[in-house]
Amino acid sequence: MDFLIFKAPMLMVQASLDGILLGILFALIAYGMALQWGVMNIINIAQGDLVILGGYIAYTMYLAGIHPAWGVIVSPIIMFFVGWALYKLVINKVVDRDLFISILATFGIAIVFQQLMNFIFGADVVVAQSGYGTTMLFDNSVTLPNSKIFSAVISVLYAVALVIYMKKSRLGRAIRATAQNARAAKILGVDTEKVYAATFGINAALCGIAGALISITLTLHPYVGLPYTVRSFMIVIVAGLGNLPAVAVSGMGLGLFEEFADYILGTEFRIGAVFMLLVFILVYRRFKLSKKREYLK
Amino acid sequence: MNKVKQKDLILYSGLIILGLAAPYLFSAFKVQLTYLCVLIVLAMTWNLQGGEMGYNSFGNILFYGLGMYLTASVQVGMFFSLAEWTESGGEKTFVHTTAQYFQGMGVGLLVAAIVPTIVAGAIGYAILGLRGHYFAICTLGLGIAAGEIAGGIEIIGAGQGFTTPPFPAEIVDPEARGQFFYFLSFLVLVLAFVFVKYIYGSRFRLILNAIRDNEDKAEAMGIQTMKYKIVGWMCSAFFCGLAGGIMGGLIGYIDSTDVAFDGREMGVFMVLMAILGGKGTLWGPIIGATLFHFFKEGLWTFILGWQYVALGVLIVVIVVYFPEGLMGWLREKYPERFGEVIDEKDRKAQVELK
Repeated sequence: MDFLIFKAPMLMVQASLDGILLGILFALIAYGMALQWGVMNIINIAQGDLVILGGYIAYTMYLAGIHPAWGVIVSPIIMFFVGWALYKLVINKVVDRDLFISILATFGIAIVFQQLMNFIFGADVVVAQSGYGTTMLFDNSVTLPNSKIFSAVISVLYAVALVIYMKKSRLGRAIRATAQNARAAKILGVDTEKVYAATFGINAALCGIAGALISITLTLHPYVGLPYTVRSFMIVIVAGLGNLPAVAVSGMGLGLFEEFADYILGTEFRIGAVFMLLVFILVYRRFKLSKKREYLK
Repeated sequence: MNKVKQKDLILYSGLIILGLAAPYLFSAFKVQLTYLCVLIVLAMTWNLQGGEMGYNSFGNILFYGLGMYLTASVQVGMFFSLAEWTESGGEKTFVHTTAQYFQGMGVGLLVAAIVPTIVAGAIGYAILGLRGHYFAICTLGLGIAAGEIAGGIEIIGAGQGFTTPPFPAEIVDPEARGQFFYFLSFLVLVLAFVFVKYIYGSRFRLILNAIRDNEDKAEAMGIQTMKYKIVGWMCSAFFCGLAGGIMGGLIGYIDSTDVAFDGREMGVFMVLMAILGGKGTLWGPIIGATLFHFFKEGLWTFILGWQYVALGVLIVVIVVYFPEGLMGWLREKYPERFGEVIDEKDRKAQVELK
């Protein structure tokens, strides 16, 4: 543990930029989670594993000689159908049940996904080379991989597109109606079953995009899904369901926290710091609410 | 209530005799039997707060791992320098004599039982204020964070792991090690069973059930729910710590994320076993753990490599299709056996409704 970061102010700029760019990516995953949590009332522990699977799709393209950046178009399409199939197989049976059931069921799915990815893609840490080079800022003291900038831009583009789609399209309206009141929506002729399937598919597609971006900016490994789940869960509970600007801001906040924790505590404690932050946030909110004699719902 | 029924007496004495004879009857499976005892203890005590209290924790692995590290650390630290031990990987120069080994183990297990209990009490007030799925996720986070943090601490071996003291070489009998750990775990199992059985007959269980069914109403009835929730969690932590200590000695090697804070295996197993057998019943977790262990050991050798896929599918199937577990299913089928009397009029009314 050394405090190099306080001695060299340029490192702070570096960490901040890295953190914000990373945070935008986290916010995209969290947006998917907020969507399906809000609509279906399900906490999807397999969220992170969907992300990693999306990443492996891009990585497979990279191995096949196609530029991995095309993954941001191909991987969401494939992942949409994966999500749809997952819904039809398992998720539709846990929608109206106790949340603990959905947590445990998706935990099971996560284990299956991890292991299958381990079989298919191997247990090595892999990264798809985008070959985008790096940008040097401030007299070469801050290095910024262009792939990170690319991933942030793509995330924002997709998020904006999705927001417009949810506002304007028929399916988007149906999803929002179901989120508000599933029963009423059903009475008014919305096929809620289909809406749920589409929502889960869209969530998986968002994970696919994020995964493809992660494959070129960070690293992939079959067992690193859970931290992404926890990050998105954290962002959602801080921001609240259906509050998109807050999701973006808290995503960036989390990115900043992680980068600084990385410098201050050391890389080996990075994941530990993320999970501890989750515990602290939950406990903090619990104490705040308990003053009003309420609890987190 | 005080009079133990004759039928029960025969059952319990039969089980105890079976338990005591097991390592001689199936001497090749001593390690498996030890595992079974530990799994039953974990499932039973998880059930105490997961099934009875309704607080589904994924984080009891925290106490299990803590107990494991504490036992090993005390066992080493009582006689040697802990830092040098982990540095050397527990090799060569440091050898426990027989007396030292058992002394260390005894004190270590004591510490492993007490410290997690205190930890549960200390964090209980903060964590148990969360309800439902927030509690589940928070404890999941705690368990994983503990593993990650333990993997960064040098004195307990950091990422390379911690070799627990080997069984004393002066005892030449090759059976001795297995028997020692088996009887130790069996003792803990009996202790845990007696304890849980006692709780099942007490007012404490009724309070826990009241918390599970409706916490707000329980509070309104004047029950200090927080106090009981913390005590319930501490009971779980006590036995989890003990179980962890035994497992550390049995496995002989502690890795931060794969053995001690093994949320992916043990942490899920204990939840799964309790659900498989039936949450909120005395025998459910025991039957669930036994079935699960047989399934795991019997099947896993045939599907080598695919065992985690099978585990994941098993979780999904159990949770989605049998959330009430085996005991719940039996209860539905033969309610009379569970002392539930269904009114004939009620049954008719049900049929008419359908």
